[in-house]
Amino acid sequence: MRIYRIIPILALLIITLTVNVDAQCKAFAKKVCLPELGAYTHDGNYHAAILVEGEEAELYKTFYSDMDYRVAICGEDKLPNVEFKVLDSNKNVIYSNKDAGFAKTWDFKLQSSQQLKLVVKVSSFNQPGDTPASGCVSIMFGFKMKK
Amino acid sequence: MNKKFGISSGILVVVLLFASMLIGCKSGGNKAPKDKETVDVPKDNTAVYEDIKQAEKIFNALPSPLESAMLIKSAGARFDDAMLNPIGNVNNYVTNKSMALNLGIYTCDLSFASLYEQTQLIIDYMNAAKKMADGLGILKAIEQSSIDRLEENINNTEVIMEIVSTTFMNSNSYLADNGQPAIAAMVLVGGWFEGLYISTQLVDMKDFNGNKLVGRIIDQKLSIDILLSLLESSKENPAVDELIAQVKKLKVVFDKITITTSPIRPEFDKASNTTILKSEVKTDMTPAVFNELSATVAEIRSTFVN
Repeated sequence: MRIYRIIPILALLIITLTVNVDAQCKAFAKKVCLPELGAYTHDGNYHAAILVEGEEAELYKTFYSDMDYRVAICGEDKLPNVEFKVLDSNKNVIYSNKDAGFAKTWDFKLQSSQQLKLVVKVSSFNQPGDTPASGCVSIMFGFKMKK
Repeated sequence: MNKKFGISSGILVVVLLFASMLIGCKSGGNKAPKDKETVDVPKDNTAVYEDIKQAEKIFNALPSPLESAMLIKSAGARFDDAMLNPIGNVNNYVTNKSMALNLGIYTCDLSFASLYEQTQLIIDYMNAAKKMADGLGILKAIEQSSIDRLEENINNTEVIMEIVSTTFMNSNSYLADNGQPAIAAMVLVGGWFEGLYISTQLVDMKDFNGNKLVGRIIDQKLSIDILLSLLESSKENPAVDELIAQVKKLKVVFDKITITTSPIRPEFDKASNTTILKSEVKTDMTPAVFNELSATVAEIRSTFVN
C-alpha cells in the first residue's frame, strides 16, 4: 500500500521539476536571448527547447521582403557551441554561423518573400563516457520595417 | 501474487509517469514525425549536411500578430477600425477555443491600432486581450502594470510595441511550458487569420494591379503549409480538427495562386553588416481568385468572432 502513497508525491515532484526546467528556459530566453535582438522589435513568438549535445531542432518560417530581420540563437553556457544553418526551399545552405565563429545573431533582408528553414544543432564536447550536457536553446526573431 | 502484481503495476505507473514527464520536458516544439527524420541532401551540399541525422524538435513559426500588423502597415494600407473585432464581443467567448482564437485576433487588432497610434483603441484592445488571457488561465500574461505602462507611454509607439511583444510572448511561453500546444497554436491561428482578414478587406479593387497589399496577401500562401503542420501536431483535439478542415478549405483557394521564385543569391553588405537574399518572384493572382480568397477568409473569420 505504501507504494500508492509514494506515487502522488513522486508525480508532484516530477511535475514541479518539469515546470522549473521550462520556467528556467523561458527566463533564459528573456534575459539572455532577447537583448541580442538589439534595436530590432521582437515578434513576440517563443521558440525554446531543452536540447542535449548532438541534438537538432528545425524551424520553418516565412520571411517578408518589406522587413529587415535579425535572428538570435542562444544556448546556455553549459552547452557546447550552437550551430545554425539557414536553408532555402531547395535545401541549399544560404548561411551557416560556423563560418562566422558561431555568431549568435544574423542580420538579413530579402528581395522577395521566402519560406526558409533553420537547422539548429548543439555541437558535442566529444568526451566519451561523460554525461552529455543539456540545456536551453532559444530562437528569437526581430524585425524592422525597411527604410 | 495479488500484492506483487499491485506493487509491480504501481512501479509501472511511476515509470510511465516519469517517462511521460521527460517527454513533456522537451517543450516548445513538436517532436519530429518519423517521416520527417531524414533530410534529402543535394549532392553538392553533402559535406555541409553530413552530420545531419534527425531533428529532435520541429517549430512551425507563423507570423506573430505584431508581424502581421507590421506587414499591413508597411504595405501602405490605411487604418479602419471597422475591420477590427469589436471589443463588445469579449463576453461572448467562453470556450477555450474561442478565447484562444480571439486572444490572437485581439492581439493583432491591438498591434494594428498601436502602429496607427489609435490611443484609446490601444487601451481597449489590450484589456480585451487581457480578458481572453485571463479566461485561458494564463497567469501574469498581461499584468495591470503592463496596462499602466501602456497608458503612461500611449504616444510612444516603440514602447507600446515592446509591451505588445512581451505580453504576447508571456502568453505563448506559458502555454508552451504548461503543455497546452493546441491552445498556443489556436492563438497563432487567430492572429494570422485576423491579419489576413484585415489585409483582404483593405484592398481597393480599383488599384488591384501592382498593389503592395495584394503582394503581402499572396505571400501568405507561403505560410499555409506551416499553419497546417502546426495544427496537425495537435490533431487529436476536436477543436483543432475543425480548424484543420477550415484551413484546408482556404488552402484550396491559395493553391490557385502560383508563386515562382528564382534561386536565392546571398550577398553580404559590409556597410550594414547584413546579408541580402536576392531573388526574383513571379505571381499570378487574378481579381477573381482574390475575391474568392477574400470571401473564404471572411467566412472562416466570422466563425471565430461570432
